[in-house]
Amino acid sequence: MRSRIVHIASNTFREAVRDRVLYNLIGFALLLSGAAVLVGQISIDIEKLVVINLGLTAVSLFGVVIAIFIGIGLVSKEIEKRTLYTVLSRPVRRWEFIVGKFFGLSGTLVVNTFFMAIGVFAALFYVSHKFVKADGLILVALYFIVLEFLIIVSLALLFSSFSSPLLSAVFAFSLFVIGSFAEDLRNFARMAHGISGWLATAAAYLVPNFSAFNVISSIAHEQPVAAQLVLQNTLYALFYAATALSGAVLIFQHRDLK
Amino acid sequence: MAAIEILGLSKTYMIGFWRKRPKCALHPLQLTVEEGEIFGFLGPNGAGKTTTLKLLMGLVSPSAGSARILGHDWLDPEIKAQIGFLPEQPYFYDHLTAHELLEYYGQLSGVPAKNRKRRVEEVLHQVGLRDIRGVQLRKFSKGMLQRIGIAQAILHDPRLVFFDEPMSGLDPMGRREVRDLMEQLKAAGKTVFFSTHILSDAEALCDRVAIIHRGELRGVGAVAELTSGVQGKVEVIWQGTQIPASLKALGADCYVTGDTVRAVFLENQQDAAIDALRRERLRLIAVTPVRTSLEDYFVEKLRRAETTAGRTA
Repeated sequence: MRSRIVHIASNTFREAVRDRVLYNLIGFALLLSGAAVLVGQISIDIEKLVVINLGLTAVSLFGVVIAIFIGIGLVSKEIEKRTLYTVLSRPVRRWEFIVGKFFGLSGTLVVNTFFMAIGVFAALFYVSHKFVKADGLILVALYFIVLEFLIIVSLALLFSSFSSPLLSAVFAFSLFVIGSFAEDLRNFARMAHGISGWLATAAAYLVPNFSAFNVISSIAHEQPVAAQLVLQNTLYALFYAATALSGAVLIFQHRDLK
Repeated sequence: MAAIEILGLSKTYMIGFWRKRPKCALHPLQLTVEEGEIFGFLGPNGAGKTTTLKLLMGLVSPSAGSARILGHDWLDPEIKAQIGFLPEQPYFYDHLTAHELLEYYGQLSGVPAKNRKRRVEEVLHQVGLRDIRGVQLRKFSKGMLQRIGIAQAILHDPRLVFFDEPMSGLDPMGRREVRDLMEQLKAAGKTVFFSTHILSDAEALCDRVAIIHRGELRGVGAVAELTSGVQGKVEVIWQGTQIPASLKALGADCYVTGDTVRAVFLENQQDAAIDALRRERLRLIAVTPVRTSLEDYFVEKLRRAETTAGRTA
């Protein structure tokens, strides 16, 4: 069972790595990190702040685009192209397929993040000519970005298990945008009353709270991140991804492959 | 032991967007395929062949019924290690090379790592694909993809192989090779279940066939058994260019070639035709039975089904 998941994951990884779109997006992200150096040079005294802010935002945004772009096709493309037939006619359970796909794309994103992070650190070194202890906090921000990717990949898989790639992309991207403002939504829910209050509260807690993962700005200002937040975000991301993935498995389990 | 026992499997899809209505793709199907035979599943396009195969592979869920494959429940994932499946017009991960794809499928089917490379080479050789190392599947022709499809179906040395339209996209040489391959599988004790609408392939290969039309089973049996029930024909050749009126009255098609006439009659008209030739003092050259083909049986079955459907409507 475990080996089948590993094989599906490594095939997904190989497929993503051979996709030209991936390289275009990584290229853009690195370009943006490079641009941060230029912007930093015209921002007197805050070069480092600009480089960290722009660089990490690029890593996050392009990672999200890759997660959605590749994630939405993981199941629907396999059904559409009928590549799934020759996989599911083997001793492969449908849940193993979904979980394998999840790990494959998540692994791809971790590797991408690693390479994009090298770009950010290179840009940082270029403007400050040295690394200080506080720069280590960037790793925490990168860790949170990866946790964010896990949630997005699981959501993309969930949508991909029952709708078309286009609709899946719309749903996943909308949730990413709404989730980035989840804190504001929660504040609004606290102020609202009656049915709208109930609805706002339900929506606020149902959408993924991506705002909790965004520590880029505070890290750029060299503010430490509480260990409690790291634990909280880790547990939240794992729980949310596992729930979305379970939903994807449940739907996919009963789906007819026409 | 039966290789496949289909116990009333049926499938009804709901179609339409707003007002959903049921459409029956497969009526309850009862069918048994014995181990070691080549079984042909015949029917025109849209008859329900692919739906049956998808149900057996667990790719769609049945509306009713069940099946047993090699003595186990057909949905037991572990039994799939002993099954090979070639879908209709197969499509594969086009970023992979043939070797990578087969390696991947070998991993999923549980082919031991130490044998995998050798087995991949063997099946590629068996399906006639050589010198393709390093070429991604996106560059493969339709016929080559069909061969890869067959290779992946037999890669793990399954006891039972399902082929959905295996000759599709192949040139005459390729079709001959696939026929030979199926015979090799049978000789090795494997069971082959294949769907086709090319009747000559079925006639040449199958121990038994089943005919399906509009989701309903119309007949099952050995080819010789099935065709024996069809009204036979005889070909009568005589010298001359004259076609007596009494022969024309029998409704036969007559062809004059040089100084001979050839006519095909129903078997029960043979005596009447010969008597008529004697009366006209024409010289009889030959009377030859025309072999009833599977195609005749198939066409008659479908025609009967159409007539019944027309009457019901």
